[in-house]
Amino acid sequence: MHELSIAQNIIEIVRQNVPENELGDVRAVRMKVGTLAGVVAESLRFSFSVLVADSPLKDAYIQIEHIPFVIQCNTCRQSSSNDQGFAVCPTCGGSDTTVLTGTELQVFEIELDDLHTEAL
Amino acid sequence: MSIVTVQRRVLEKNDEIARCNRAFFAERGTFVINLVSSPGSGKTSILERTLEYFSGRINVAVIEGDVQTDLDAQRIARYRVPVVQIVTNGGCHLEAKLVEDAMANLDLHGVKLLVIENVGNLVCPSNYDLGEAMKIVVASTTEGDDKPLKYPGMFRHASVLIINKIDLLPYVSCDINMLKDNALKINPSLKVFRTSCTTKEGIDEWCGWLEQNLSKP
Ligand SMILES: Nc1nc2c(ncn2[C@@H]2O[C@H](COP(=O)(O)OP(=O)(O)OP(=O)(O)O)[C@@H](O)[C@H]2O)c(=O)[nH]1
Ligand SMILES: [Mg+2]
Ligand SMILES: [Zn+2]
Repeated sequence: MHELSIAQNIIEIVRQNVPENELGDVRAVRMKVGTLAGVVAESLRFSFSVLVADSPLKDAYIQIEHIPFVIQCNTCRQSSSNDQGFAVCPTCGGSDTTVLTGTELQVFEIELDDLHTEAL
Repeated sequence: MSIVTVQRRVLEKNDEIARCNRAFFAERGTFVINLVSSPGSGKTSILERTLEYFSGRINVAVIEGDVQTDLDAQRIARYRVPVVQIVTNGGCHLEAKLVEDAMANLDLHGVKLLVIENVGNLVCPSNYDLGEAMKIVVASTTEGDDKPLKYPGMFRHASVLIINKIDLLPYVSCDINMLKDNALKINPSLKVFRTSCTTKEGIDEWCGWLEQNLSKP
């Protein structure tokens, strides 16, 4: 259940990027989560919702963009994707591969519903 | 609606502290390993055998991570090495900050090897760099041969796999070649050892290899 500690880190990142008096406007917190990031999306959303309840961020929620695990073979240059985290090239069997995507765990956008503030 | 673009890695704070830890260890010439496994695979037992091997050869220190107790630290204290206990109070893994804090209670001068025993858990510790030189994942024969497929993250981050409890092979249905092959599919550069902490088979091979790594600059 390290999702709780990950959710804490996400909240910290939101607080560092949104002024205190606008925290109530935060809606979607958009994340990129790789297949191999070791994070269970459901428990991350749940942990986040528990932590923000009764706080200025209570209307914020996590939106996840899943990033597939993709490797590139350094022998035959083919890229391929798998959900298991295999680092061996399925085309030539080579084990000298580079991970291109699928391990990310990052916040890339925060959406604010600030229409009412602009109307004032 | 307005959008704030952030592009921040969620665990960057941990990674930053881990970098500081790594520099701190390098300054003191201390080689650090982070032992990870499911609960009960034999991390403490391997550590005990490793302490026996290095006793009288080099100075070793230990950090014990545990959710609730200091039972493992008590076991290690018998070997008369400096040991610091980190109780995570329910936390399922160690973080770099906890290790940094533990340094206040550990004098690393003259310590060639620092072993960090992580909390027994094959999922959570894999995300957290502590500043170690390498992660060592322990999988025991009683857990079956599919562990690497179920927990690829941990096997991907490890440099070494120790297959422990090989003395129990006659009694369990675990194909250790399959276990090894599964692990190598996830991480082809894994170095694999087979050990038994009861018969001590394989312990010298593991410790000998570790000893060679210590003397590398
Ligand atoms: N037969 C056999 N038993 C072992 C071996 N290694 C460890 N054990 C036993 O397995 C049990 C768990 O070992 P520990 O060393 O405490 O395992 P651990 O990974 O440190 O456990 P946690 O810290 O609780 O996660 C103990 O009863 C050990 O005696 C082995 O090689 N063979
Ligand atoms: Mg233990
Ligand atoms: Zn290839």
